Amino acid sequence: MSLWEYANPKKFMDTSARLLPWFTGLAAITLVVGLVWGFFFTPDDFRQGSTVKIIYLHVPSAMMAINIWVMMLVTSLIWLVRRHHVSALAAKAAAPIGITMTLIALFTGAIWGQPMWGTWWVWDPRLTSFLMLFLFYLGYIALWEAIDNPDTAADLTAVLCLVGSVFALLSRYAVLFWNQGLHQGASLSLDAEENVHDVFWLPLVVSIVGFVLFFVALLLMRTRTEIRARRLQALQARERMA
Amino acid sequence: MIALLHRDLRLAVRAGGGFGLALAFFLIVVTLVPFGIGPDSATLARVAAGVLWVAALLACLLSLDRVFQVDYEDGSLDLLATAPIPLEGVVAVKAAAHWLTTGLPLTLAAPLFGLLLNLPGSAYGWLILSLALGTPALSMIGAFGAALTVGLKRGGLLLSLLVLPLYVPTLIFGAEAVRRGAEGLDATTPVLLLAGITFGAAALLPFAAAAAIRVNLR
Repeated sequence: MSLWEYANPKKFMDTSARLLPWFTGLAAITLVVGLVWGFFFTPDDFRQGSTVKIIYLHVPSAMMAINIWVMMLVTSLIWLVRRHHVSALAAKAAAPIGITMTLIALFTGAIWGQPMWGTWWVWDPRLTSFLMLFLFYLGYIALWEAIDNPDTAADLTAVLCLVGSVFALLSRYAVLFWNQGLHQGASLSLDAEENVHDVFWLPLVVSIVGFVLFFVALLLMRTRTEIRARRLQALQARERMA
Repeated sequence: MIALLHRDLRLAVRAGGGFGLALAFFLIVVTLVPFGIGPDSATLARVAAGVLWVAALLACLLSLDRVFQVDYEDGSLDLLATAPIPLEGVVAVKAAAHWLTTGLPLTLAAPLFGLLLNLPGSAYGWLILSLALGTPALSMIGAFGAALTVGLKRGGLLLSLLVLPLYVPTLIFGAEAVRRGAEGLDATTPVLLLAGITFGAAALLPFAAAAAIRVNLR
């Protein structure tokens, strides 16, 4: 029993078909619990009022935006090294989810920033890096769309993902050098002295878990669609040959 | 490799390549900026550093799709890929040729354009230094982008979309160096970081670009 068994599309389809309802159900439950708890059953912050509640969307989506890129990096590496098609297709399937998460984080941040900082947008390092991340996702998806041959597209986007990761990281710290910002520092770390209070923290953790499960469910669904689309192409090609 | 460099340089200079074009584009962008933001000298001096760097970056971008495209279309790239020199070397030479025909002229002409934008006197040294150190990175990153899109029919627009985000760190450090120079501060730190990006890109990106070309030639 090893992870590589799932490189076989048949095996992947069977297992994901069994797992998908579980992930979908759990994602729905945790998202509803986390968001309802966060929105309706937590006190308002004494300075920020009810606007504080946007963190239940903002923080999980921002975390997912970064983690999905990392996941794409890992699957791209697996594709380049071991040539498993499922891996390449998973990276392709993850990118649109990642760009959506980036957009959610940017928009909820802007909505929160308007009453709190008095501006929709500042060129703060974190905000700027997220805009950069958005552009990286955009380029990655555009490259997938532009190339007809699926194997060529998988190879080139994988290379772009590797190089892009290095430059995304570089940009992150270059931006830090360029401007100091308004955005608060990390306040959720497990080892930090001072963190967000438990009243806000617990529903936030539930929301984060919900977003992760939601992503896994979407990813499985989209990867299954990609595999089916690939099979359809193969069938059509065979028909044309006959 | 030297022969390849000579060939690329001759092609760029003689065959209506991007040689003078990038420089002319640089001049036009710099001319357009005062029309956009007004002729006030103090304002121009404030934005000069950033404008010069962004204009240089766009001028570099202009001739990028020619780095591999023409060779790909007439088949020379297949010959180069099967030639005894490694493909990584070909990529590095191509990037060097691109730099010699765009980055180097831009660097030499930049002080003149700085005058047009009323760049403060203390910034000229940093301007030349930062462009001389930074534009090779632009060429190298651009060559990587060109290698990714070489197989595409209309890769030009996609090329800019892929390459411009990769240009961000270079732009930040380059413009920061000139800005600090303009304020009379010491700009050693950003210049060193800029040099780091250039050397890192020159050392690693040829491998990525060569891998992309191999995929495209498959």
